[in-house]
Amino acid sequence: MNKTKKVFKIFFVWDFEKEERWLNQMAMEGWVLEEVSFFGYTFRRCEPGEYILRLEMNPSEDYRRFVEELGAEFIGSIVNWCYFRRKAELGSFDLLSDIDSRITHLDRIGRMLALICLANLIMGVTNSLDQARFGLLNLLCAALLSYALGRIHGSKAALEQERTLHE
Amino acid sequence: MEIPALTESTYYILLSLYHPQHGYGIMQQTEELSGGRVHLAAGTLYGALTSLCEKGWIRPLPMESGSRKKEYQLTADGLQVLKGELARLQQLVANGESILREEGL
Repeated sequence: MNKTKKVFKIFFVWDFEKEERWLNQMAMEGWVLEEVSFFGYTFRRCEPGEYILRLEMNPSEDYRRFVEELGAEFIGSIVNWCYFRRKAELGSFDLLSDIDSRITHLDRIGRMLALICLANLIMGVTNSLDQARFGLLNLLCAALLSYALGRIHGSKAALEQERTLHE
Repeated sequence: MEIPALTESTYYILLSLYHPQHGYGIMQQTEELSGGRVHLAAGTLYGALTSLCEKGWIRPLPMESGSRKKEYQLTADGLQVLKGELARLQQLVANGESILREEGL
């Protein structure tokens, strides 16, 4: 029986909670995430339910160390998205629980998307003016990123609505 | 100095830091004090510790050699904030009790 397997799967940035649920579902079935690459996930056999997985967009090295201090393992990161796992026997493991920190997280994702979107927009316009081939591609990327930004803002607005009643 | 209401997480973090404590200790103590009700998530705690340090309500202790865990402690300002919050909570409880008691609850 294979001890590891690699799965290719695409999640959009606004679907990070869905991605996390999928990784935890895999762990429940006895496959724990071992390595991440672009759209590629390498899993290793584990006891079903042995690990809890969490992911967060956070570029801070200091933060990674902090989470490791809490008994978690840093699996890897893709463009500032960090993947952590911790043994379930250590108790519940969460990165973001209260509404405020979830809003801060969405802000951080939004800022990153806005930056890449702007870069693509500028490249798209200059490339198009230069009649370069990639101009349209950049503009397409910018459009997709704007859509992602919209989705992130939508999630944020929903959380802010919730915060008016409780923390 | 008028300080808006603290979140439950902030209140428990400050309370836990009355004695020096590292991240994991703060989490455990908060969970214990609240009877398992308040669970601090790693990112939430990290963000709170960073901003509480910036406000000067807590401070990181110098790292002892050989130790890998950063410890924090409440400052005098932090203690004032905590006392102010306690007074606010006492008022909330007193108001709640006096009004609900009229209904014979």
